[in-house]
Amino acid sequence: MSDVKILTARWGKKDSHTLASYQADGGYQALQKALSMPQAGIVEEVKVSNLRGRGGAGFATGLKWTFLPKDVRPRYLCVNADESEPGTFKDRYIIENDPHMLLEGIAITCYALDIHLAYVYIRGEFPKQAAALEQAIAEALQAGIFGKKLLQKVDFDLAIHVHRGAGAYICGEESALMESLEGKKGYPRLKPPFPAVVGLWGKPTIINNVETLANVPWIVQHGGAAFAALGTGKSGGTRLFGVSGNVKRPGIYEKPVHYNLKKLILEDCGGTASGRPVKAVIPGGSSSPVIRGDEIDVSLEFDAIKAAGTMSGSGGVIVMDDSVCMVRVLSRITKFYAEESCGQCTPCREGTPWMESLCEKIEHGHGIPGDADKLLDMANHIGGFTICALGDAASMPVQSFVKKFKDDFERHIAEHRCPFGEAAWGTSQDSRDAVIGGMRA
Amino acid sequence: MPPHDPTKPGDWKDLPKDQVARFDAALAPFLQRYPPDRKEAAMLPALRIGQEIFGCAGTAVQQLCADRLGTSPARAEEVATFYVMFHTQPTGEHILEVCTNVSCCLAGADRMFEQLKRRLGVENGGTTKDGRITLREVECLGSCGTAPAVLVDEEVMEERVSPQKLETILGGLR
Repeated sequence: MSDVKILTARWGKKDSHTLASYQADGGYQALQKALSMPQAGIVEEVKVSNLRGRGGAGFATGLKWTFLPKDVRPRYLCVNADESEPGTFKDRYIIENDPHMLLEGIAITCYALDIHLAYVYIRGEFPKQAAALEQAIAEALQAGIFGKKLLQKVDFDLAIHVHRGAGAYICGEESALMESLEGKKGYPRLKPPFPAVVGLWGKPTIINNVETLANVPWIVQHGGAAFAALGTGKSGGTRLFGVSGNVKRPGIYEKPVHYNLKKLILEDCGGTASGRPVKAVIPGGSSSPVIRGDEIDVSLEFDAIKAAGTMSGSGGVIVMDDSVCMVRVLSRITKFYAEESCGQCTPCREGTPWMESLCEKIEHGHGIPGDADKLLDMANHIGGFTICALGDAASMPVQSFVKKFKDDFERHIAEHRCPFGEAAWGTSQDSRDAVIGGMRA
Repeated sequence: MPPHDPTKPGDWKDLPKDQVARFDAALAPFLQRYPPDRKEAAMLPALRIGQEIFGCAGTAVQQLCADRLGTSPARAEEVATFYVMFHTQPTGEHILEVCTNVSCCLAGADRMFEQLKRRLGVENGGTTKDGRITLREVECLGSCGTAPAVLVDEEVMEERVSPQKLETILGGLR
């Protein structure tokens, strides 16, 4: 396995967030190189790199870029820094530690796609990160890296702005993000048309995740083939995996995109903090289907992990040892989706609170035989019946928790109480030994 | 002049003039970020600024935002009531927000939140009798690897919050 570090290479260095530090380490040379390439050539390198979206869907980035209609202007770029999926905490560290890497990725992408206006949509709960980004933008403008010209020589007008959200998970969904950027509530739009055709203010728009774009400078600098070689099959490069929950060393780990989940948990993170067996793992943010502790010997690569019936989504891995009550956890997850449903589609608006209340009922020992199946039935009538993927996101945990841990549900119903009692969240500990991209947090 | 009551419906023209001037000055740079014919895109920044200056994003503040962005008060209201970080009612002087999502609860956030409720004598969303602290349970704050997390005044993210650290945080909210 390769030890190449693309995204975390400079984390922990003194003043790594400053322009001076970034340039001292060769920053903005990829932009320089990009400016000497034909624009279509940059897109080609990204296609060759097998870079896939790091926000959760894993869609091929280069392919997405080619969906822009040829002759419609203006086009816009939206950078998704809404990072709100429970268990996901990676993009914030890119912005905190190396914001110029992101800005360089944005500048190259805009140049390649003939985009002159880019917005970074950052969640409202990240004020420090928003300020860090504003500062980096000001620094880059001051230094003439973008503005009226790129690197003070190529005539290409580019503005990059920060747009702060105000607390809504749904705004991480690409069409809700655009609505929010337009100054509205975050109601997702019906697709098609996809944003690449009809996006922000009705114009063609590319929406990419922070981590996705932060890879672009490296791809331009080292070539798409080198990036593809770090991964496997149709997935190139490294990824930031964020591990949380009952592990000795939670944190951010940059690993090849096809890294083994078991190795990540047991070796890199040192296994469970309690020393107890791993009971369950949510491998890619709270909406990805949960798997049992005996199923974790899988590759985290987007396609490979599908074989295990789950997904690597946003790379947010949540680990639970055998002291944790699965009904308690599912209860909390259903509460999250009920809270965050935007209310536009009936199955999701009505169904997510139903799932939450039935889950709570079972957790508190008031369930009756058949309730677990009823929960499944509800989930089956939400996922796939809504405008956006929140309906599926809310259903997948329910379907998987009930299927994989039916015993936990049946015991609650048979014993009329939570078998884990007061300690349903298990042998909890704080994250004192967290490791963020190689640094002690 | 008595302080303006932001919860009372009323025309934005009744808002204190000096504060309105501050609002306009703070909003101006944000208007530059969007195409000139897309001013209403600045609704989120406008409500945030209004909330900071006038104490909350009540009806008059919503009207002010709508007026400045050339859109309807209904648009401002639907935005102000959709996002959890906008408060249409006044909050306590400080807002303490505790993440109780899965990763934080696996690190003890549920117990911490229960303790806080007892300690402050409030339920979720409540404000202490002296008006000092509003306590809220919130969704994932993106601090899962350094859980549990508490957001103070929607500004400062406190991570790996131990009981001792919680004492320090509470001590700082005087």
